[in-house]
Amino acid sequence: MIMAENLKNPENLVYEKTKVLTDRVLHYCPGCGHGTAHRMLAEAIDDLGIQEETIGVAPVGCSVLAYYYFDVDMTEAAHGRAPAVATGIKRVMPEKYVFTYQGDGDLAAIGTAETIHACNRGENILIVFVNNGIYGMTGGQMAPTTLENMKSTTSPRGRDVKTMGAPLKITELIAQLPGTYYVARHSVHTPANARKTKRALKKALEYQKEEKGTCFIEVVSNCPSNWKMTPVESNKWMEENMFPFYPLGDIKVPQ
Amino acid sequence: MKELRLMKGNEALAEAAIRAGADAYFGYPITPQSEVIEYLMAQNTEERTGMVVLQAESEVAAINMVYGAAGCGKKAITTSSSPGISLKQEGLSYIAGAELPCVVANIVRGGPGLGTIQPSQSDYLQAVKGGGHGDYKLIVLAPATVQETVDYVKLAFDLAFKYRNPVMILSDGIIGQMMEKVELFEQIPRSDKVYDWATTGKEPGKDHVIITSLQLQPENQEKVNLRLQAKYKEVEKNEVLYESYNIDDAEYVFVAFGSCGRITQKAMELARKKGYKVGQIRPQTLYPFPVEILSKLADKVKGFLTVEMNAGQMVEDVRLAVNGKKPVEYYGRFGGMIPSPEEILDAFEQKFIGG
Ligand SMILES: Cc1ncc(C[n+]2csc(CCOP(=O)(O)OP(=O)(O)O)c2C)c(N)n1
Ligand code: SF4
Ligand SMILES: [Mg+2]
Repeated sequence: MIMAENLKNPENLVYEKTKVLTDRVLHYCPGCGHGTAHRMLAEAIDDLGIQEETIGVAPVGCSVLAYYYFDVDMTEAAHGRAPAVATGIKRVMPEKYVFTYQGDGDLAAIGTAETIHACNRGENILIVFVNNGIYGMTGGQMAPTTLENMKSTTSPRGRDVKTMGAPLKITELIAQLPGTYYVARHSVHTPANARKTKRALKKALEYQKEEKGTCFIEVVSNCPSNWKMTPVESNKWMEENMFPFYPLGDIKVPQ
Repeated sequence: MKELRLMKGNEALAEAAIRAGADAYFGYPITPQSEVIEYLMAQNTEERTGMVVLQAESEVAAINMVYGAAGCGKKAITTSSSPGISLKQEGLSYIAGAELPCVVANIVRGGPGLGTIQPSQSDYLQAVKGGGHGDYKLIVLAPATVQETVDYVKLAFDLAFKYRNPVMILSDGIIGQMMEKVELFEQIPRSDKVYDWATTGKEPGKDHVIITSLQLQPENQEKVNLRLQAKYKEVEKNEVLYESYNIDDAEYVFVAFGSCGRITQKAMELARKKGYKVGQIRPQTLYPFPVEILSKLADKVKGFLTVEMNAGQMVEDVRLAVNGKKPVEYYGRFGGMIPSPEEILDAFEQKFIGG
């Protein structure tokens, strides 16, 4: 008789949770992209065998508890300050791999100065930018990346670009800076896309070893809870609305 | 080896940071303290000791760089002046909450707002009562001379690591800008000690290190606060520093700190010449505050005069220490004005002698 126990043999193993993620239960809402984005980054770290040489910086946002999930040394930064904290870490421990993991409010609103200047100095860090076009953690307020006419609790009639500004393509802006070496935008909503994200993250970490400058990987993501959609609907909405404005692919690649 | 030099306060502070074995300095220019980063850059510290010196894009960034470096168990320092120190408050609260060591110097200028670039002590309450959000304390050292500035940089790092707590050197534009003779301590080598609380890369077989000031359960956040309060009690028990002058036969006591302490000392001498039995307490730690000595003196003297370059801030702490036993009066100048010894003597006579 085939029992689950008999199936769990090494020769039957086709996939395994990376050891760079802890066993803690993720607190993310069902269908949220944060969990998959975590896994891709953790797998990239695992594949490169750099778990013990990696130091991460968590943001303030839904991923504030990222430090519980990544089984690497982690610091929790104040809202928006992760690139400055990462700078401090990297400057005193240049031999370590340092990453930040930040949402769009964290990175592109309150932390814009820290983001741009860390990138402009070409800090040898990886910035992972999860853009869900909304303030997830605080309950769905407008983010700098919220699309035109998109509804949020602070743009209940839709984002009016005349009074609220246009959505900020910070990644394109970052790519202009000589300090950035590799800038790309991906998603994690299908297995194929998630794999691309992982490949990009791996490349970015390899460039960090070569001290090439800042690598910046945006992950366009969803927020089913605050978009008020099912996970499936949210992914469809993301494809139809987010991707046209935030097109996926490489933005700046090493020459 | 004893090394004597004539140095400006800010440059001496920078030199002391190098000699204290600091691993990193992050700062942003602001008068009257820009000489600190200028001196460090000129010294080419990367070559001299391997110390990182970085001009940040703001004081906000600078304190958060300190947070990152401190979290790695490194000796990190930042300096600024009043408006910049206001910007550092969020970061300081996080550093205190995460219990990390670091040193911050405030070369105070007059406020509020952009204020003046002239010296002041108007950031006293901000420094000793926490400054940012939450129940936390900085250990606050108040130098009165360039020599004390140098000595306190070393002391500040020692205390910061002893208690894993941010330490502030509360100086002012007078001490930062004036030149005095200083004796420099010998170079302390930078340390490569690896702390078990620091993010230096996960050790195989051990739990990963997490540096955070977040506790989602109120019970746990209360525990953090209780631990902090217990630590502050230890600090209050062990680390009080002050200088006393002429207190044995004193009938009146002047209380003044930092540069103002020196001016007040002159006023005390003038008072003695006129036959008044005046002594003085100069707190060298503002937190912990020298409560005990003031409380003891309150039993035998007739009154206290605090002299400050602000609108009356430390006087609150003196009144708490004296606890109503004797009158505590205040005299001060502010907004960048410096009181003269004669003015202080006048104020004393008016308030206590009935001039
Ligand atoms: C200084 C400060 N301001 C505001 C907040 C409240 N706050 C917490 S998370 C957040 C927005 C997070 O949005 P985002 O960065 O997009 O992350 P997400 O939750 O969407 O992943 C805000 C405004 C805070 N914690 N600190
Ligand atoms: S609120 Fe949105 S971003 Fe946050 S965990 Fe839920 S779905 Fe994800
Ligand atoms: Mg967001």
